[in-house]
Amino acid sequence: MISFILYKFLFALIFFVVALVVAMYSTYGERKVAAFMQDRVGPNRAGPFGILQPLADGVKMFMKEEVIPNTSDRKLFLLGPSLAMLTALMTGVVIPWGSPMNFNGHTFPLQLTDINIGILYVFGVVSLGVYGIMIGGWASNNKYSLLGALRASSQMISYEIAMGLAIIALVMKTGTLSLGAIVSQQHHTWNVFIQPLSFLIFLICAFAETNRAPFDLPECETELVGGYHTEYSSMKLGFYLFAEYINMFISSAIISCLYFGGYNIPFQDHLHLSGNLLPILQFLVLFAKILFFIFFFMWVRWTIPRFRYDQLMNLGWKGLLPLAILNILITGVVLWATGAFK
Amino acid sequence: MLTTRSKKINKSEMSLAERLYLPAILNGMSITFRHMFKKDATIRYPEQEREFAPVYRGQHVLKRDDAGAERCTACGLCAIACPAEAITMDAAERKPGEEHLYREEKYASKYEINMLRCIFCGMCEEACPKEAIFLTDRIVHTEYDRQGFIYGKDLLVEKMDHRIDVSKRQTTDVLVFKKGDQSERHNQLGK
Repeated sequence: MISFILYKFLFALIFFVVALVVAMYSTYGERKVAAFMQDRVGPNRAGPFGILQPLADGVKMFMKEEVIPNTSDRKLFLLGPSLAMLTALMTGVVIPWGSPMNFNGHTFPLQLTDINIGILYVFGVVSLGVYGIMIGGWASNNKYSLLGALRASSQMISYEIAMGLAIIALVMKTGTLSLGAIVSQQHHTWNVFIQPLSFLIFLICAFAETNRAPFDLPECETELVGGYHTEYSSMKLGFYLFAEYINMFISSAIISCLYFGGYNIPFQDHLHLSGNLLPILQFLVLFAKILFFIFFFMWVRWTIPRFRYDQLMNLGWKGLLPLAILNILITGVVLWATGAFK
Repeated sequence: MLTTRSKKINKSEMSLAERLYLPAILNGMSITFRHMFKKDATIRYPEQEREFAPVYRGQHVLKRDDAGAERCTACGLCAIACPAEAITMDAAERKPGEEHLYREEKYASKYEINMLRCIFCGMCEEACPKEAIFLTDRIVHTEYDRQGFIYGKDLLVEKMDHRIDVSKRQTTDVLVFKKGDQSERHNQLGK
């Protein structure tokens, strides 16, 4: 029992560190990707190829003066960024990183916890993410922050619906809500080939959920100064920005797991891998998929301009929502025709 | 219509493919992706310097002649020619025994150029009858205060052991322009 708790604790710690490091280097990656797409060089001063840039940024964030506005609600003001960070990190616990490893006859599952309602858990925690932004924006007592927070919450709530309905079609096909089971089902065929429409809707909603361009209205600099984090400074601002990158990491992981086979390696039956080599390779493959999607997030950000707010709502309610319902209908008809309902 | 430059705007209804936006987005993404592999135009400055044009007009130099005597005679023509009024000087008489220091009987005891005022037009160079002042391909460095930008003789006069090549600015055209008579001068200006 002790060893079980110790193992889980260690695993959680490693996940925590990995998520933070990935988020840290996402900021570096973001700037590099932006630079390359604009025919620039990007950060290249701190260390070789600017590889130490995130550390320099972190030090800068910590050294900055911390301003808490007099008119703000102090407790909530502090709670906002903590909550954003907490919910961003909490989502990750259900991600399966590979098939179980074996040491001296003991099996160690490479998943923190395989809840049988994994997807529901993810949705629950992601919905809580709105609170971090909403509370932060409200507590700032500033009109830009409040507007940004309002936009963020209505946007996230609207897109969660389409996202949920997109997932329902997938769940109808898989018949389970457990992420571990969904991933292992994709041993031969990735879900993206079975549910392409669901994937598309999920992808678009993921952009909206993480508040990334083209749906970065909550913090659009051109209209709202900084949106919900206008009044934040120092590491509290850092927490908000960091939470966004962690959200991006988790979203990429969940997209990979739900639609791109998770840790499954294409043609892994032909590789004849055995022992602990397989889980390690699987972890690396999943990581590559995640990194690709993080790159994809950035790629889109530096390509597409921001939506106008009414366009955003139009797309969410009149575009994606009916499409998701149609997808459920089609899935249902196909499943009925193939005799999956008995 | 006065010109042919105005463009026809297509205001017809968008087709389904256009309303979906996805083809346009994919097109845009392919463009940004291709840009990732393009060569960037950045010159990484401290390590890599941009090559100057041969006649680049940078920081001034007050030349010495071949024997090492200062050429400037403090006539003040450069200061008058200067459109930015950046040049100021004091004249002094050469004492006996100073012939190796100053070429003419009169010399500039103080010669200052305010590099913040200077517009690097090269009029001083053009006005100088003694071939004493030239603009070079050196860059005026940054300073933390304004006072530092007022360059005196210590910075402007070339060092004996570190002569500055101005042959690039001393092209035959310039020499002809300076020495030629009025008719030739007219031709040169018309060029």
